[in-house]
Amino acid sequence: MSNKDQYKVHKEPFYQAQGKEVALYEAAYAARLPVMVKGPTGCGKSRFVEYMAWKLGKPLITVACNEDMTASDLVGRYLLDANGTRWLDGPLTTAARIGAICYLDEIVEARQDTTVVIHPLTDHRRTLPLDKKGELLEAHPDFQLVISYNPGYQNLMKDLKQSTKQRFTAFDFDYPGVKLETGIVAKETGTDEEMAAKLVKIGTTARNLKGHGLDEGISTRLLVYAATLIKGGVEPRDACRMALVRPITDDADIRETLDHAIDATFD
Amino acid sequence: MAEAHTEYEHPLMKGYREQLGFGFPQVAQVFEDCMAEALSALSREGIDAYLEYARFLCKMGRGAEPVLIFLEEWPSVATTLGESALPALKAFIHKMYKSPNGKAIVPFLQSLAATARRLHSQEQMQDYMDLTLDFMGRTTGSIHGIHTTFASPGLPEFFQQTPFLLSQVSIAGLKNWVEYGIRNYHDHPDRQRDYFSLQSADSRAMMQRERSGTLLFDNERKLDMYLRGLWNVSDHFVPYSLKFDELRKPIPYYDKLGIRLPDVFDDRNGVTGIDRYRAVLAHVVGHKRWTTAIFADNMSPFQRMSAEFLEDSRVEYLAMRQYPGLRRIFLALHPVPAEDACDPEQESAVRHRLAMLSRAILDANHPYQNPDIIEFAQRFHALMEQSESSTQEMADLAVAFGARTRRQSDQLPKIHFQDTEIDYRDDNRQMWKFIEEGDEEEAFDQNRKVELEEEIKGLPPRHYPEWDYNSQTYRPDWASVYEALHPKGNAADIDRLLDKHSALAKRLKRMLDLLKPQDKVRIRYQEEGSELDLDVALRSLIDFKGGATPDPRINMSHKTSGRNIAVMLLLDLSESLNESVFAGMGGKPPNSQKVAGSSQTILELSQEAVSLLAWAVDKLGDPFAIGGFHSDTRHDVRYLHIKGYSEQWNDEVKGRLAAMKAAYSTRMGAAMRHGAHYLENQKAEKKLMLILTDGEPSDVDTNDERLLIEDTRQAVKELDTKGIYTYCISLDPKADEYVRDIFGKQYTVIDNIQRLPERLPELFMALTK
Repeated sequence: MSNKDQYKVHKEPFYQAQGKEVALYEAAYAARLPVMVKGPTGCGKSRFVEYMAWKLGKPLITVACNEDMTASDLVGRYLLDANGTRWLDGPLTTAARIGAICYLDEIVEARQDTTVVIHPLTDHRRTLPLDKKGELLEAHPDFQLVISYNPGYQNLMKDLKQSTKQRFTAFDFDYPGVKLETGIVAKETGTDEEMAAKLVKIGTTARNLKGHGLDEGISTRLLVYAATLIKGGVEPRDACRMALVRPITDDADIRETLDHAIDATFD
Repeated sequence: MAEAHTEYEHPLMKGYREQLGFGFPQVAQVFEDCMAEALSALSREGIDAYLEYARFLCKMGRGAEPVLIFLEEWPSVATTLGESALPALKAFIHKMYKSPNGKAIVPFLQSLAATARRLHSQEQMQDYMDLTLDFMGRTTGSIHGIHTTFASPGLPEFFQQTPFLLSQVSIAGLKNWVEYGIRNYHDHPDRQRDYFSLQSADSRAMMQRERSGTLLFDNERKLDMYLRGLWNVSDHFVPYSLKFDELRKPIPYYDKLGIRLPDVFDDRNGVTGIDRYRAVLAHVVGHKRWTTAIFADNMSPFQRMSAEFLEDSRVEYLAMRQYPGLRRIFLALHPVPAEDACDPEQESAVRHRLAMLSRAILDANHPYQNPDIIEFAQRFHALMEQSESSTQEMADLAVAFGARTRRQSDQLPKIHFQDTEIDYRDDNRQMWKFIEEGDEEEAFDQNRKVELEEEIKGLPPRHYPEWDYNSQTYRPDWASVYEALHPKGNAADIDRLLDKHSALAKRLKRMLDLLKPQDKVRIRYQEEGSELDLDVALRSLIDFKGGATPDPRINMSHKTSGRNIAVMLLLDLSESLNESVFAGMGGKPPNSQKVAGSSQTILELSQEAVSLLAWAVDKLGDPFAIGGFHSDTRHDVRYLHIKGYSEQWNDEVKGRLAAMKAAYSTRMGAAMRHGAHYLENQKAEKKLMLILTDGEPSDVDTNDERLLIEDTRQAVKELDTKGIYTYCISLDPKADEYVRDIFGKQYTVIDNIQRLPERLPELFMALTK
């Protein structure tokens, strides 16, 4: 099925395990248990899911959730065309049909009435009722549901319902430790270890300030951006200011402190 | 000595002496020296003018002192400002002489040389004299407004402080400082004296404000982030001033109460003030992280000093290992003592040697040739390369260094200090421990003194500025607000009041029910919804007819968003509330015997009204706090906590409300600012501050009745910028004049006070509908 092929992850994504998460995920997949991945932005949640899909050799369908998303955007809808109407599967339905891993990124961004449609897929039933079409879709045996969310910055109103939470097994991700992160930045971008260590040091500075004016620290993703810029020939201080400091804050005091951290870190 | 001069005198000098005319004996003693200086500094005409004016001062009738000082000071003043400054100076002194301030001439002349050095130019000197004349004119007292008869109390003090003041602030800053002093203390001689002699707190605060440089106060947040971010520690900063302790300059240190830092840093050697603070903090954190206290008892003072220098170098080395960029700052701030600056035969060179060693350790390109310095710098680096080393190892190295470089002259009392002070380093008090009395085993029978900490009574005061409309500036930290829990009374009283108004409560309840569902918000672009959204539907239809894919989200629905208001009620608890209702209305009770309940005071009515309001708000479920305030001068503004946001409307709160008492005056601005700092932290879309008062803001220490009105008006503006909506409910029927000034349109005057209990909740509901 070519349809299935296009969702396959063909090249091995680089993923550095922080703990036993790879083995645990494999166990969860073997039992087809739904998985929830929690953690701050840019710490490698999506990369992890991508890596696991590659490792298991399964197709991966990713949906970035947003506030305007409705249940039909997930399940599918009738479209009008010249000859009348035509049913079009949504990404969730497609995944359930072809046996893919369906990854709902930032699930809490979606409205709560939307998230409820995944419930029947996540328990023993493993079915998806398409009530408009009058079809009860049995999920493919390979189908698995994965959601991610960032418990940090969302407000109280946007937390997941208990009834949703309790349908998932969960991984708690955080930024990797200094050594590991240095390795990740170096390997992902090909910069030398020393430069990567300096970038991680600046990252740690910002993470220390979380809750004191910063909602989130500098993510691993941003560190990789900075390393990429440096690799591309940008002066390290400028690269850090551009990739690490300017994106995360508009607060002049924090900006100045982080700029100083950059100056202090680079000789 | 004077006799010696009379025995033989150069004819030229004799001529000058005659030019001066008669002289006081004290003048004769120093005349020759002064003339020698004058001759080298002044021109021919200058000398003549000099002597002529000295002659005038002799005859002025103020004794020998003015002339003495003038003779001594003028030559040096003339070198800085030029001889042509004399006429202006003469005119100035003449004015002082003609006023009752003759006594100030001596302090003026005394400070003249130092002041002139600070001011450099004649123009600035002229500014200074104009400023002083203005000062003199405005503070010299008069009786019946005709003759000025009382000397300005602050003027002599002011002259004594001028050189110091000018070393801190520019002439413009000085002008602002003087202006503030005159404005606030022109009618209070003692306070004026305190202010101009820099004794009073606000005088220092005002001066600080005019200072140049990087103030700790402005940068605390940045430095806090610096500590947290780069070093992952947090601590308190305690500022000290470098400027009031001339003999012993305080240096940074830290203890369990926090890190002591100077209140201001100027830029130096290309290092900004904020980076200098960061250097101090990096150093202090280095000590906290890597220094372990060692016993001091077995070491001589010199050995200890050496150990301190090396330990300082060690923690900086370790800090730079983490943040190499610190080196630039340290290098710029660390002095470079010249190798031959100190003559070891004449002065003690201990500090000089250590500072050189410290520089050599820090700076790989140091200029020193001394083999000992080079060797020990290498030994230091060898130690550090292997590990973090330790405080003890540094002490050992220091002892070795001391043994190698010791000289007899180290004991000399004159110590070479130049270029040896490294001002970003702390005083190392945490590096030492001492074997104390009681640590020895045989001292077990002595009782150790345990110092009991004094129990804290009440919360410490919070200081708030007050707006001075005359100058359009804030008076810094002017009002002290003490917050305390309101004493408790009998909660049942409030329940009884509520029962009394049960009919009213029922009516209110109906209104509340109407209030609850509100704020219908339309949600558009819905695939399924309660109504068709016509605009979108039409657009979709056009798309469809045109052959494009139509947007199926053509419906809309509604949702109700809850109330999101935080409320603070501020009660004026001043003395006037004790008046009975009719007195409060400004008239006699029409026929007091017959009207039932006429004996009620405004306080009691307020109590009823507030109870009803609290009950109503509690029913609505909005976050709600109640505070009362009154004041007895600016030093004692009391803020009484009745209900906090997290407290329920329960017996505890009712009890406090029942015990409400009225006394003292109304300093509204300070209370509003204090209330606002609670309200500000509430997470709500709308913030409302209700102020229930029966009169205008006033206090016993303020004569100008506009002052507190204007301050309150300013407080309203401040709160507005913080997103707090203020609303005043005034019980003073004649309030319109001033209440409108303060609150703009945000006020209601309740004429019929007896209806207050029903009007207050109604008003609240109308406001928040």
